[in-house]
Amino acid sequence: MASLELGYALEGEDFPEVYSPRKWSRSWVRRVHWGRGTALFLAAVYFIVPFYAAMQFSLQDINHHFSLQPLTQIAQAPGFFAALWLSTQLAIATMAIVLVLMVPTMIYVHLRLPRFRRVMEVITILPIVIPPIVLIVGVDGVTPLWLKSSQWLLALIYVVLAMPYVYRSLDAGLGALDLKTLVEAARSLGSGWISIIWRVLVPNLRSALLSASVLTLALVFGEFTIASLDGWTTIPVWIYLTPSINPRINTLVAMMALLVTALVLMLIVSFDRSKSHNSRRS
Amino acid sequence: MSMVTQIPPSTTSDAVPANAGAPVVLDNLTRRFGTTKALDGFSLRIEPGEFVALLGPSGCGKTTALRVLAGFERPDIGKVMVDGRDIVHIPAQKRDMGMVFQSYSLFPNMSARDNVAFGLQLRHQRSASRRARSEALLELVGLAEHTTKYPHQLSGGQQQRVALARALAIEPRVLLLDEPLSALDAKVRAELRDQIRALQQRLMITTVFVTHDQEEALSMADRVCVMSRGRAEQIATPAELYSKPSTEFVAQFVGVSSRVSVVRTGDHVALFGRDVKIRGEVPTGVESLDALLRPEDVDVIVAPTGLGIVTHKSFLGATTRLEVGIGGAKVKADVLSSAADVFELGTRVDVVANARDVLVTEARPTT
Repeated sequence: MASLELGYALEGEDFPEVYSPRKWSRSWVRRVHWGRGTALFLAAVYFIVPFYAAMQFSLQDINHHFSLQPLTQIAQAPGFFAALWLSTQLAIATMAIVLVLMVPTMIYVHLRLPRFRRVMEVITILPIVIPPIVLIVGVDGVTPLWLKSSQWLLALIYVVLAMPYVYRSLDAGLGALDLKTLVEAARSLGSGWISIIWRVLVPNLRSALLSASVLTLALVFGEFTIASLDGWTTIPVWIYLTPSINPRINTLVAMMALLVTALVLMLIVSFDRSKSHNSRRS
Repeated sequence: MSMVTQIPPSTTSDAVPANAGAPVVLDNLTRRFGTTKALDGFSLRIEPGEFVALLGPSGCGKTTALRVLAGFERPDIGKVMVDGRDIVHIPAQKRDMGMVFQSYSLFPNMSARDNVAFGLQLRHQRSASRRARSEALLELVGLAEHTTKYPHQLSGGQQQRVALARALAIEPRVLLLDEPLSALDAKVRAELRDQIRALQQRLMITTVFVTHDQEEALSMADRVCVMSRGRAEQIATPAELYSKPSTEFVAQFVGVSSRVSVVRTGDHVALFGRDVKIRGEVPTGVESLDALLRPEDVDVIVAPTGLGIVTHKSFLGATTRLEVGIGGAKVKADVLSSAADVFELGTRVDVVANARDVLVTEARPTT
């Protein structure tokens, strides 16, 4: 660009401003910035206004004064902590089961059965296509009695529901690695499969695993239909079942659940970034 | 690169001393992929401490042979003997073979030092000894100042040197190099080529090097195995391979060859008016023959009444390569660049054979 401008100056020609590469580039950049800013603003309005309205409804008293008292009332609301504990247990169990199942499976498919990836994609999309009510009725029909009465049945169903998200996260993560070479290099150095997965692949799949975990967490904390039909009071079911106490508290709990999930997501992402940054520092 | 670096010995229970190369025998290996035979009765014997290059075009089976030796592929038929023991059924992780791959294979989550120490950690070495050995090896490959760097902070050549240090750290019985230089630029490739050869000669590790680059194979290896269609075409020293190719494929693949139609008389052929002995077996039952000539097998002399005409000329540095059209054939000849000015395009020349013997093959049908 500099040489072009020098060329113009040497030839002593007058070029219209509109053809100046620098001017054009600047105006183009400005237009992009404006466009990006507007899109971000609209997206922010779309997400923040309802959230703000809900928070205002929850935290305002009858005199339209903001108060944090509803927060303390959450703790006193009957069944809240039990529901929170159940949702947390289910989230942890679901994350553990789905990752233990999917990580080795995905590695195997990527390494040995790459053609099977398309089939996997179709299979893992099914939980999204099949309505939850059909899923729970089907599962109830084949589940042994001892498991039917256990809360862990819910975790097993959530594993199925989480599969599409976990599959896609892991597929993207594994696709970004030269998996075959890493595995063969580790094997040539004497590493067995467990060691390869734990010490070589998992650290390099950190981002994919974190995003899979966050999506699973959000899914478990937001799922209502199956938990309700199976008779378990998770957080969404508790919110639904206790409107008569104080609708402000219910709304606040829903908002808090959203906030906590977003916070966990941000924490995980920032943790991942700081780890990546550390590993990239010389 | 420091060549006086003392590498702390590994403290593995393996009784094999650090500098002992193991003899390797690949015996009649066959490996099919569907209907394709990647290896078709391939055999090779490698002496302890020897550096052997597997050279051939894409799809000739050289990488498959290396992967069978490494344990990543299992042969359909045949034996892989290391130290006199058949290791076909031993998994790759128990073979004690260090390998450097074509693509950068360092673990991205580990520093250069941790990469080198990885194999030692698997062998339950103490932290201090791991650290000392990995740092000494990194110093050996000229990366003493880069021990804490991560793979993405290293250049391609540096990454391959770390990979080499990592492969050497476990004191492998055999070192396997799968086109480790092919992704590097020419200058780094030449440097690393010399480093690998110097290290191999110093440590005397039996080494198998796969390449499709004849210059690499000829300059590095003690012996070169030229492969074609899953078989060994010729196994010989670089000098012998170049000067006495045993088959037409080797003559064409290694170095530059010209084909010239010749007439046989007994075990000689008439080549540009001179009788030259046929090298190797004299073909029987073949009517028409071609001689395969290296550029240095012929001399070119300017002669206004000569039968040849210079049709192409390319400067190669110290020498200049001429292509001379003569009697329907195109003969390549090298002349000193300092004396090449007289050979302009279109110059009439005489071609004279100066080789003692020549490889002949069945003439190609003219199309």
